[in-house]
Amino acid sequence: MEFSITDPFLWETVIQGLLFGGVLALLSLGLNIIFGVIDVVWICYAELIMIGMYAIYFLYADYGVPLPLAFIAGILTVALLGAALHHFIIRPILHTEPINQLLVTGGVLFFLQGFATLVFSVEFRNLGVSFGSFAAGDMFFPISRMLAFAVSLVAVVVLWLFLKRTFLGTAIRAISQDREIMPLMGVSPQKIYLVTSALGGGLAGLGACLLVLLYDIHPAIGLTFGPITFMVCVLGGLGNMIGGFIAAFIFAEFIALGGFYAEVEWGYVMAFVFFIVMMFIRPQGIMGSKS
Amino acid sequence: MLELRDVATGYGSFQALFGVSLEVKAGEAVAVIGPNGAGKTSLLRVISKVIELKGGHISMEGVSLDDVPAHQVIELGIAHVPEHRRLFPRLTVEENLKMGAYMQAARERYRERLDFVYELFPRLKERRHQLAGTMSGGEQQMCALGRGLMSGPKLLLLDEPSAGLAPVIVQQVFDLVRRIRQEGYTVLIVEQNIQQVLKVVDRAYLLEVGRIKMSGAAQELLENDEVRRAYIGL
Repeated sequence: MEFSITDPFLWETVIQGLLFGGVLALLSLGLNIIFGVIDVVWICYAELIMIGMYAIYFLYADYGVPLPLAFIAGILTVALLGAALHHFIIRPILHTEPINQLLVTGGVLFFLQGFATLVFSVEFRNLGVSFGSFAAGDMFFPISRMLAFAVSLVAVVVLWLFLKRTFLGTAIRAISQDREIMPLMGVSPQKIYLVTSALGGGLAGLGACLLVLLYDIHPAIGLTFGPITFMVCVLGGLGNMIGGFIAAFIFAEFIALGGFYAEVEWGYVMAFVFFIVMMFIRPQGIMGSKS
Repeated sequence: MLELRDVATGYGSFQALFGVSLEVKAGEAVAVIGPNGAGKTSLLRVISKVIELKGGHISMEGVSLDDVPAHQVIELGIAHVPEHRRLFPRLTVEENLKMGAYMQAARERYRERLDFVYELFPRLKERRHQLAGTMSGGEQQMCALGRGLMSGPKLLLLDEPSAGLAPVIVQQVFDLVRRIRQEGYTVLIVEQNIQQVLKVVDRAYLLEVGRIKMSGAAQELLENDEVRRAYIGL
């Protein structure tokens, strides 16, 4: 295999990796904000995305709801699901051993998968929406991927502004620094947790909007994205959104370039080897603080 | 303004206060003094409802606090500046102040309150974009007091504002408390630095193992032989 920096296919690959990185960054965002604020890992995060994808699919394909409306409904559905997950399942065991929270959200993962298999069947479904490709010289980029990348970046910026500028956003950042004194500020921690869960769910819903354009929907699709999203978060430093953002692009480039020089599967292998090595060098993650 | 009647509280099976009654009138500065572990911090914490009220009654301007949840106490005009300052270390000074104005009524007057606090403590304005955790102890206490003022409270609860600070800085902190008093705020302050605090307040209560042992004008307590012997070391 020869290496050439001017090879348009190499550049196409690098840019494809960048586009995929944007989507991974968005996926990691919701999981990170939940962990950063509530100190709980939603093992079933990718399954919430899966439910969102089904919601969008059925609304659009079976009920003829216009795609933008179906997207909004999908985001709201998963946001509601996130809030419900917190209220009914996380809240009662919030102050018990962390292992309980892992087990229970792991249980929700299998529940949602089983539920989807029973109700929606194992059939692969495709939204059947195509936006075509964009050609730049010899390089081709699917417009759906470019759209997904752009939406991810916009979402990241909007979320950042929300966390930085608003009272609620500031409280969300403050609560992880000192939980106990929040009531003295007039803040109800339970309300912040609920809002954050809905926000994390909403981000998963937005992820569903993007993934539904790129991939077939089936009950186990969560397994395709769950582990990698989780690893992106851990590599970046669990709860650290900037770290997660950087890690998403590192992972995506490993996978893209692996696919270019060998097979995509080798890209995944390289990415995971890199992950394991990094866990020995910096167990707290790229941007994480030691704790 | 603030009235406590037979207040009892504690943590789990440990009882911290046994039937404490006290009163703070509008415009007054009142100190609660006493040794370590007397229940001074618990007293402020039970007023803020951060810990459970296990007996007795608390009221603010005639409104009962007994069944008010902790995060709504501030809406009745009570701001609590906690022990050890407890700023959000990775938020900037201004973001810390913003958190002090979180409740709805304060948000609407946020700019106005911010200008007021910056005028009162110009140092905070200079440092407004600095992370709170990187400031010196004295500046952090200034920020904590400013954060308490952001909600536009009627009553300020100050928990050991001089604790853990160098002697020179302690002087400055009491000057800040004086400045706050001059602005017309009613203050209930808990302190171990008895000699200093009694010079700033009108009245004081002496708290020992969860009970009020003595009360009177600040000057009276300052001259009381028992207080001088036990707490001022004279």
